[in-house]
Order: sequence, then structure tokens, then C-alpha cells
Amino acid sequence: MEMHRDDIGAKLGMWLFIFTEILLFGGLFLVYAVMRHRYADEFHQAAHQLNAFIGTVNTVVLLLSSATVAMSITAVQKGEKRKGVLFILVTLICAGIFLFNKYFEWGHKFSIGLYPGSDMMIGLKHGYILFFSLYFFMTGLHVLHLIVGSIILTVIMIRIQTGSINKERYVLLENGGLYWHLVDLIWIFLFPLLYLIT
Amino acid sequence: MAEAITHSYLENTGKYKGILAWLTTTDHKRIGLMYMYAMMVFFIVGVLLGELMRLELFRPGQQFYNAQTYNGIFTIHGIIMIFTVVIPGLAAVFGNFSMPIMIGAHDVAFPRLNLFSWYLFILGAAIALSSQFLGNGPPDTGWTFYAPYSTQTHTNVVAAVFGAFVLGFSSILTGLNFIVTIHRLRAPGMTFFRMPLFPWSLYATAWIQVLATPIVGITLLMVIAERWLRIGFFDPSLGGDPILYQHLFWIYSHPAVYIMILPAMGVITEIIPTFAQRRVFGYKAIALSSLAIALVGYFVWAHHMYTSGMSITARWVFSLLTFLVAVPSAIKVFNWVTTMYKGSISVKPPFLFALGFIFLFMIGGLTGLSLGSLATDIHVHDTAYVVAHFHYIIFGGVGFAFFAALHYWYPKMYGRMYNFRRANMAFGFLFVGFNLLYFPQFVIGIMGMPRRYFDYLPQFTLGQQISAVGGLLLLIGIIIMLANLFSKKGAKAPDNPWGGSTLEWTVPSPPPVENFDEIPVITGEPYNYE
Amino acid sequence: MTHTESHITDYRVYGWVLLALLILTTITITVTWIDLSALTVLVALIIASVKSFIVLRYFMHLKFESRLFTVFVVMVLSIYILVIALTFFDYLLR
Repeated sequence: MEMHRDDIGAKLGMWLFIFTEILLFGGLFLVYAVMRHRYADEFHQAAHQLNAFIGTVNTVVLLLSSATVAMSITAVQKGEKRKGVLFILVTLICAGIFLFNKYFEWGHKFSIGLYPGSDMMIGLKHGYILFFSLYFFMTGLHVLHLIVGSIILTVIMIRIQTGSINKERYVLLENGGLYWHLVDLIWIFLFPLLYLIT
Repeated sequence: MAEAITHSYLENTGKYKGILAWLTTTDHKRIGLMYMYAMMVFFIVGVLLGELMRLELFRPGQQFYNAQTYNGIFTIHGIIMIFTVVIPGLAAVFGNFSMPIMIGAHDVAFPRLNLFSWYLFILGAAIALSSQFLGNGPPDTGWTFYAPYSTQTHTNVVAAVFGAFVLGFSSILTGLNFIVTIHRLRAPGMTFFRMPLFPWSLYATAWIQVLATPIVGITLLMVIAERWLRIGFFDPSLGGDPILYQHLFWIYSHPAVYIMILPAMGVITEIIPTFAQRRVFGYKAIALSSLAIALVGYFVWAHHMYTSGMSITARWVFSLLTFLVAVPSAIKVFNWVTTMYKGSISVKPPFLFALGFIFLFMIGGLTGLSLGSLATDIHVHDTAYVVAHFHYIIFGGVGFAFFAALHYWYPKMYGRMYNFRRANMAFGFLFVGFNLLYFPQFVIGIMGMPRRYFDYLPQFTLGQQISAVGGLLLLIGIIIMLANLFSKKGAKAPDNPWGGSTLEWTVPSPPPVENFDEIPVITGEPYNYE
Repeated sequence: MTHTESHITDYRVYGWVLLALLILTTITITVTWIDLSALTVLVALIIASVKSFIVLRYFMHLKFESRLFTVFVVMVLSIYILVIALTFFDYLLR
């Protein structure tokens, strides 16, 4: 039988999934709120240890990648296949830059012995421990989503190229885009709360 | 396509035969049955574990096994019953089987995702059960995994917690599927307020599944991270707060109670009008009270934490909110009873189970009020009183509603009837056994019997022994019921054995693969008996 | 189910949106140089909320979708904010 096609239904499903993701991070933001309330000063000081410059670069990169995903939808809607693929490619490059930065950011902290469960970390003040635990947990989960998003967008890029995503049916691209914007949304809150509360 | 429609969903028409045809199906009715079979296995295991506890508690002191084994047994009893039986419960089985037919759809919105949910369910259950055999022995934390004990015990907590996490995602995907199905696939003319009330209750349930489950998902991940990486969120020695765990856990797990009970209420709302042959009283009130319960139920979680040491203000705020939930619940009970008034009632097995539900749910609900008020809760917190209360809600409520739904839709599922006399007998055993089992727990709970204790003082012996007898009767009831339903084929069932007025009774029993030859056009309300 | 005609957003709109987001990012970084003491987090959250509003409305197409989607988003966020507020009945007053 002909597959029943319902683009609005598919998007509604994607939005519901996004709600679950928001609340998944919501649990962490709740922990953050409580711990920051308890250890306001130590959170303040611990945030100095984070590299706000890398954080800023990553913010810009993510915003740019979000814009290009949105633009690729416009391109596909207009039937401009080449542009559509190119925009996604830019997004993927941005994701690569983000990961590259994150690798060095985390790598630096690991090299000085600052990671969850390390002797150095356990020896810190309580507020510091919780701040860095939250930092690793939240950015770690975020990066995981970014990697998953990149894989999804790669598949979508190939599908635009082969033409199975086209002017007539592009709901998969829209949903992949929604997921990518979610990754951006989370970062919009993570960035000031972790890097800028100094 | 025209040919396929004449086949019942139970016949294999695809390229696979036998069990493979079932394991690769995307038919919502088959998936519903697959949930049911899996759940029955888990349910029986859970019941037997419960009976093992009753045996041990038959007399004070150690009888058959030691205290650590007892801790393991009540933990896995809770994990199995909560996460693999009652949370997916009615929504996964009857929501899948009946809901798409009731709203006039060919299937759910995402049939393949639906099958994927079932596999996640099996995978999650397998991981959770593996905690019994792998690692350093069965977890002994209770199903609530309270920190800091859950982050420190040497037993195999991680497997159980991760299993619950996977089961949670199965539940989220089912909820997501149902919301989209109800929004997008209702038959033409079926406005929201012409939709039957069981789909209404599933709609409210699905929202809780989507919005509450992720919170426990992330919380369980935090417990794993706490154990493996010492992140310190819940560890006071690193600055964390164990009470925060309780907040996060109950932000999900209280709404989870409504994930269990709302579809149960929905089923009862289908059964009462059918067997009273009367239009349901207060249709809109019942529909909207489902949403009200879902919404308010989200904001009452901390009534599990009155004795945890949280602030006094928080205690009375949550106590107040808790009493608010009683209002929509009571609205439903009044409407069921009023629907029966002056109806031409035929007392068939599904109706008996529904009456049993109302009676037991009322006892569970009213004792819930005494737990919701601060002063009495301090006295009975963590006693057998709480055990009795939630078994009245979860088993007396959800369990009996499940049996009611099973007897109600069984003819539709299999195209066969069952023996009414034996079904009534099973109901008798279940009802008497249930009350004998759990009512004494209220009494010894008030007297001071703590919950989760392996041993007790001699003055509780009589109560515990009455409970043990009740447990035995309950087990006999379950055996009679299942034997009656599944041991031999009954007479062929007509399309509409009960005279119901919702759409599932307009299709053949068992329904064809795509449910409808042609999607019906709805012109009026669902419960049209006058 | 017929495929409804979709709204096509001009590239330039996304360009302007990106510019607005970058300006807001600059603002949120600049204000950290000013000592706002207790207000720091509040200001950061307000700017982040404005940014997410823009992302939701334009990038995520809420402006062009059925109103239902917007209603859901508002509902979900309200529930989440209420949950945080209720939790703080405990932590603020303990």
C-alpha cells in the first residue's frame, strides 16, 4: 500500500522529540540552578578557569551553522540542489570546528588533571567540584548531541545530492534542521551560564 | 489492497511466517498483543516475587532466606512491576490495540517507530533483569534508587538504572506516537470533543510520558555518572545534595503514577456506558479532568518528601497542590456512578472488574488524602500504610482496570468469547484476595509496621498472616483468569458482543489488517445510546 | 493528506537573523565586563532567552507553522519554569 504521507505530523513528532530533549537538559539545568544557588561565589570563581575565548568562537560557529541549515531549506525549496548541499557542508564544517575546539578545551583540562573523579578534582572546594562536574556533564551531553546531529545532517546531505530530498519532499531536511537548532538552543544557554558568569 | 483488507490481522499475509511475522510487524494491533504477552510474563514473575515476600513475612524472624535476599527481592519486584508492567501497562497494550480503531485510523502515525518502542521495551527489561545475575549481586536500593545509598552500594545498581533509562525512552516514543496519531489521524468529522474518552485519557497520558520521562532519564544517567565518575551532585561529601535526587526522581515518578492510572480511568469510562447502555454523564468534564490531572499531577511531586528535610513552606505548598489533584479524580468517580444511574445495567465480567476498580480506587484515593496531609503523613510515612495505599491504586486501580480492559476487548482481539462463569469466579477470588492481602497492611501500618522490613514485632503477626492468605487467594484468582482466557478457544465472538457504540465495535472481530475498508465519517458524539 | 504549500524564507532574512544573534552574543559578552553582581545571571538569562526566541521563531520556523506548535512550545516552557519555581520553594526557604 502507498505509504501515508503527512509532513505536519512528521514535524509534530519531531517537535515532541525536541521537547523531550529540552527536558532532558532541563534536569541538568535544574541541578545547575540549585548548585549555583548554594555555591554562588565558588561558581563565580570556578568559571574563571574556563576559556571564554574558545567558548565565544564556538558560539559564533554554532550560530553560523544554524543559519546555513536554515538556508539549505530555502535552497531545497527553490530547487537549488547544489546550494542546498553546500549549505549543509558549511554546517558540517562548523560542527567540525566546534569539535576541534572542544577537543583542545577538554584536552587541556585533562592534561592538568582536572576531570571528574580525578584526585585533583576531589580535593577542590565543593563549589568547584560541582561546577566542573556540571561543566563536563552538560557540555559532554551537548557534544554528544552535536555528533549525532552531524551524522543526521551528513545523511541528509547525501540524500539531497541523490535527489531523494527534493523540492517536493523535504520534511526530513526540516526535521534534521530542527534537531540542529536544538543543539544551538542548548548552547545558547550553556555558554553564558558556564563561561560568562565570572 | 482490497484483498488484504478481508484478512484478519491475526492471519499472516506478509512475506514472513510464524513468529518472524510478529517480530517484524508494524500493525498496531499485533504490537499491542506483543506488549501484552511480554508484560504478562513480567507480571507473573513480579507476582511470584511478591508471594515470596509474603512467605518470608508469614512469621517474625528469618524463615526461608536472609535479609539481603529480601532487599533484593523487593527491589526487583518494584522494578519489574513499575517499569515493565504498569508504566507501559494499559497505554502500550490497549492504547496500541484499540486507540487507532476508536479514532477511525488505519494505524498509528509512525508504525515503525511503534515497533521500535517495543524492541526498546524488551531491551530495557532485559538490561534491568540482567542486574539480578551479573555484577555484585541484585540491587538492594528499592525501585526508587535513592541517593546516596544507590551511589554507594556494591550491588549491581547500574544495570537496573540503565534498564529503567531505556524503558523510559520506549515510553517516550509511545507517547510521542500517540500524540501525533490523535492530532493527525482522527477520522473526518471526529473533533476532539467527539473523540471517545479512552483516547482522551491516552492523550493526557502521552503528554506526561513526553514531558516527565526525560527528567528521570537524565537523573538515572546522573546516578550512573555518580557511581563511575564521582560527579558529586548527590554526594554530601563532595558538596552535593541527596534531597536533590529525590526532587528529580519524583518530578518524573509522581507524574508516572498518572501515566499508570489515567489510561485505567479511560478504560473504565468506556466500560461503564457500554454496560449501562447510557450516554456517559459529563463527557466534557471527564475529558478535561484527564488533562487537569495530567497538568496538576506534574506539580505535586514533593509530597513524597515530607520527611526528607525540605523547607516547611515547600511542604505545605505541595500538600495544597496534592489536594487539588483529588478534585479531577473525584469528578471522574462521580461521573461514572452517575452514568450508571437509571441505566439498564448488564453485569458481565468487564463491568464487574470496572466496579471492582471504582471500589478499590476509592479506598486508594481516600487513603491518599490522609498521606497528602502533612500531619498524618509524618506518622505513617514509610510504613505498611503507604504500601497498602499504593497497591490499592496501582494493583486495585491499574491492575483491575487492566483485567477489565482485557475482558472487554478480548472478543475483539481474538474473535472469541470466554467463559463468563469462570471469569466471574476469577473476579471473586481476585477481589476478596486483594482486600485480604492489602487491607490489613493499612492497620498494621498505622500500628507502626515499617515498610521494606524483613522482620517485625510479634504484634503484627496476625495482620501479616491474613495478608499471606489474601496473597494466596489472589494468586488462585490470577491462575483461574488466565486459564479461562488462554487455555482453550471459546465460541466465536460477534462484532459487537456488548452493544458498545464506539468505532472498534463496528469492525469485524478480529479486525482486518488496516482496520477499515473505508474510513468512517463521524457525525455525532461517541456514546449514543438514547 | 495533501501537501500544503510551504512558506519559503528569503536567504536575506536568515542573514539578518544571524546578524541579530551575533550582536546579542557581543552584548552578552560585553556586559560581563560590567560588574552587575547579583544581576549577572539574570541579564545573561534574559539575553539568552531573546536569542532562543529568535532561533525558535525564524530558524525553527515557528512563525510560519501552525499556531499549535507555538502553543505547545509555550506550554512546555511554562511547565518547566513552574517546576523550577516549585523546587526553589524548597531551596530558597530551607
